[in-house]
Amino acid sequence: MKNTVVSFKQFNFKYNSQESPSLENISLDIRQGERILITGPSGSGKSTLGHCINGLIPNAYKGEIKGSIELMGEPASELSLFDLSKKVGTVLQDTDAQFIGLTVGEDIAFALENDAVSQKEMKQKVLHAAKRVGMENFLEHSPHELSGGQKQRVSMAGVMVDPVNILLFDEPLANLDPTAGRQTMQLIDRIQRETGVTVVIIEHRLEDVLEMDIDRIIVISDGKVAADAPPAELLSSDLLRTYGIREPLYLTALKHAGIHVDPDIHPETISRLIVDGLRNRLLEWSNTDVPIDRKRTGETVLELSHLNFQYEKDLPVLNDVSFSIRKGERIALVGKNGAGKSTITKLICGLERPASGKVLLDGRDASDQTIKERSESIGLVMQDPNHMISQHMIFDEVAFGLKIKGVDPDETKRRVYETLKLCGLYPFRNWPVSALSFGQKKRVTIASILVLEPQILILDEPTAGQDYRHYTEIMRFLEQLSERGVTLIMITHDMHLMLEYTDRALVMVDGKLIADEPPAELLSDARIAEKANLKTTSLFQLAERIGSPDPLSFVRHCVIDEKRRRSHHELSDAQLH
Amino acid sequence: MNFRMLSYIDRPSPIHRLTGATKLICFILWSVIGMSTYDTRILFVMLIVGLLVFKLSQTKVREVSFVLTFILIFLLLNDIAIYVFAPQQGTLIYGTRHVLLDLPGRYALTWEQLFYQLNITLKYFVVIPFALLFVVTTQPSEFAASLNRIGVNYRIALAVSITLRYIPDIQRNYHEIAQAQQARGVDLSRKAKFRQRMRQAATIVIPLIFSSLERIEVISNAMELRRFGKKKKRTWYNAKPFAFRDFFAIGFSLALLLLSLWLAIQHGSRYYNPFQ
Repeated sequence: MKNTVVSFKQFNFKYNSQESPSLENISLDIRQGERILITGPSGSGKSTLGHCINGLIPNAYKGEIKGSIELMGEPASELSLFDLSKKVGTVLQDTDAQFIGLTVGEDIAFALENDAVSQKEMKQKVLHAAKRVGMENFLEHSPHELSGGQKQRVSMAGVMVDPVNILLFDEPLANLDPTAGRQTMQLIDRIQRETGVTVVIIEHRLEDVLEMDIDRIIVISDGKVAADAPPAELLSSDLLRTYGIREPLYLTALKHAGIHVDPDIHPETISRLIVDGLRNRLLEWSNTDVPIDRKRTGETVLELSHLNFQYEKDLPVLNDVSFSIRKGERIALVGKNGAGKSTITKLICGLERPASGKVLLDGRDASDQTIKERSESIGLVMQDPNHMISQHMIFDEVAFGLKIKGVDPDETKRRVYETLKLCGLYPFRNWPVSALSFGQKKRVTIASILVLEPQILILDEPTAGQDYRHYTEIMRFLEQLSERGVTLIMITHDMHLMLEYTDRALVMVDGKLIADEPPAELLSDARIAEKANLKTTSLFQLAERIGSPDPLSFVRHCVIDEKRRRSHHELSDAQLH
Repeated sequence: MNFRMLSYIDRPSPIHRLTGATKLICFILWSVIGMSTYDTRILFVMLIVGLLVFKLSQTKVREVSFVLTFILIFLLLNDIAIYVFAPQQGTLIYGTRHVLLDLPGRYALTWEQLFYQLNITLKYFVVIPFALLFVVTTQPSEFAASLNRIGVNYRIALAVSITLRYIPDIQRNYHEIAQAQQARGVDLSRKAKFRQRMRQAATIVIPLIFSSLERIEVISNAMELRRFGKKKKRTWYNAKPFAFRDFFAIGFSLALLLLSLWLAIQHGSRYYNPFQ
C-alpha cells in the first residue's frame, strides 16, 4: 500500500461570504503517485476542494472549517501556505494572469527567487525545469510572445522547480484549443511517468482529460462526494448523467445503440475500447435513415469580399478572405488562437477598418456605416462577459442598449422582460450582476445584445467555461433564435458544438480562409483538421474502429439521434409539468 | 496593436550591460547638473558625451521618435514663451546689451538673449538622451533587482517590474472593453457631446476596474502559491553584479557634478559669460 498524501476526514467548509457550506462531510484519501480527476458541474465545490489542498483555504479565502485535512501525514491546519507550496504545486486556470515574470526564465525562477536561492543554482534549476516541459529555447521570451499552451507549460515548470509531491491542475483545459489541450494532457502524463508525482486534475471536460490514464474519478455534487471510482467503473454507470457531466461521446453512442457498457469492454478510452462484440450492433443501429439537413436558401445577409487587414506593416492578420452568409444560417468560425477569427468579427462590426476589400450587409457596401449604425443589425457577444457588463443591476444591464438608443421606458421594460424570460433570467431581474455565476453572466451579455433584436448575432466562444447543463441550455436557446431567422456566427474550439449546432464551418489558418464546408465533412478531412489545430471527435474514431463504410454518415447519425432524444425528453418533461 | 511605444529594447551594447541602478543614479546626477548649471562649456561637454552614449547604445532615433518629437515641440513652445514674456532676460543676466535686430517695444533681439536661450535649449538636450536611454536600455526586472540592491525593499522593487509586466495587458483589456461597448451602440467618437462622452466613458472604466480587480486576485494567489514574501530577503534571476563600467559611469557623472559646482563657486555665478 502506498503512502497517503492527502486525506480528508469529515471535512466541511463554508465561505464567510456564503450562507450554506460549499463542502460537506468530505472523506477521501489520495495516495502517492495516483492520477486523480476531480469533476462536477459548475458551483459543485470542486474548485473549493482544490483550494483546500493547496492551502488557499484557509490562508487566502476565509471561512468556517469542521473536520480535518492531512497532507503527507501532517495536519494542514499546522502548515503555512509557504510550507504547503513545497509539497503541492498548483497550476491555475488563467494561464496569462499567473505569469508573473517578464520572461519565461524569470517566471520559472519566481519560487526560487523567493527562497533566496543563489543565482547560479537558480539558472541551473530553471534550465532543468524548462527542459522537462520543452520550453528551454524560450527562456528569454516574454509572455505575449507565447501561446496559451506554452504559458501553461511555463506555469508547470514554475512549480516543478521544487520537488513537489502533488501537482494540482485547476481546469487546465479551459483556455486551450483542442490540439493544445491534448498536448497538455500528454505532457502531464509523461511528467507523471517520469517523476512518479501525484497528479490531481480539476476539470469538467471529462473526455479530454481521459486522453491520459486516470486512476480514479471523484465526482463532486452539491459539495459532497457523489462518486469515487476508477474510470471504467464510473463510465459504465449512469452516475455522470445524473450529476450533469457530459460523458464521452462514443459512450453515448454505444448506450443509444442499446449496448450494455461494463468495465470489461474498457470504456475509459476509445483506443482501448474492445469493439469486437459491438461492431454489428453499431453498424446496424447507424444504418437507419438519417434525415438530410435543412438547406438554407434565404437571401445573402452578409458578404465579405477579398478582405485584407493588418495592424502592423508587413504583418497581415487577414489575407484575402471572402465568404457570404445567408439569412438564418448557423456558422462555426474555427481555427487555432491567433488565426484571425476575432479580427474577422471586428471587421464585420466595423470596429476595425479593412486595408482593402469590402464588407457587404444586405448587399450594400457597409464601409460608410459607423460602428453605431452597424450595431443596429449586428450584435457581438464577446468571450469574457466581464468585458461587457457595465451596469450594477441585471435589468439595467440588459436595458442599457435600448436606453442609449432612446427607446421609451415602457417599451424598454416590455422588451427587457421578454428577453429575460427567453434567457431564463427573469427571476433574477432585480439582482445585482455580481451575484451571478460566470455562466449566468454570459447569458446576461447575450440578453443585453438580443434585446436590440440584431439580424446577425456573433458569439465568441458562447459555451466556454460552461458545464454540460448550461451548455445545453445556451445552445438550445441559440437554436430557437436561429429558427426565428437570426443568423448566428459562432467562434468555437468545441468540435462537438460545431457538429451538432452549426450548418457550415469556416476554417481560418494564419489569416487565410482554408475551408468552407459542412462540419462533418471538415472533421473527416484529416489534413485540414490538423492544419487548423482541430481534433476529430471520438465518434469518428469509433466509426473507424468498427470499420464503418461511411464514417461521415455514422457521425451524422449519432448527432441527430442525440438531438432527437433530447427534444423527445424535453417534450415529455413539458407534459409532466 | 502596437501599444509598446516606449519600452525596453534588447541590444548587445555596453549601455545595456550597465546595471539598472547605475543608469538611474547617472540619470539623476545628470539631471541635477543639467538643471543647476548654465555654464555653456559644461553643457557642451555633456551634450557631446550624451550623444556618444546614445550612439553607443545602438538605439535608433526612429524607435524613440514619437516621444522625441513631443519633447521638441514642448521645447520650442518654451523658447517662444521665454522670448514673449522676458525678451531682455539675457541682458539682465549678462549685464551687457548687444542689439542684433531692433524690434519695437521691448522686443529688441540681443545677442545676450540668444545666448541665454541657447543655454536653456542645451539643458534640455543634455537630459533628453539619458531619459530616453534609461527607459529603452533597462530591463525592468533587472532594474527591480538593482533597486533592491541599493536598499529599496524588495516588495516595492518588484512592484515596479510587475506593473510593467501587466501594463500591456491592461491596455489590451481597455481596448477590448471599448470595442465591446462600441459594438453595443455606445458612441465614443468625437460626434457625441462632451457630457455624454464622459458618462459613456464610465461604461469602459467600470468593467476595466472589475476585470483588473479580478486579475489582481489571481496574481496575488499565484504569487503566494510560489512563496512570495516568505523571507526577508530574496534573490533575483536577472540580477547583474556591479562591474568596473558601473563604477566608471557613476564616477564620471560625479566628477562632472563636482566640476560644475567648482566652476560655479569659482565664478560666483552659474552662468558662463562670454560678453565680458
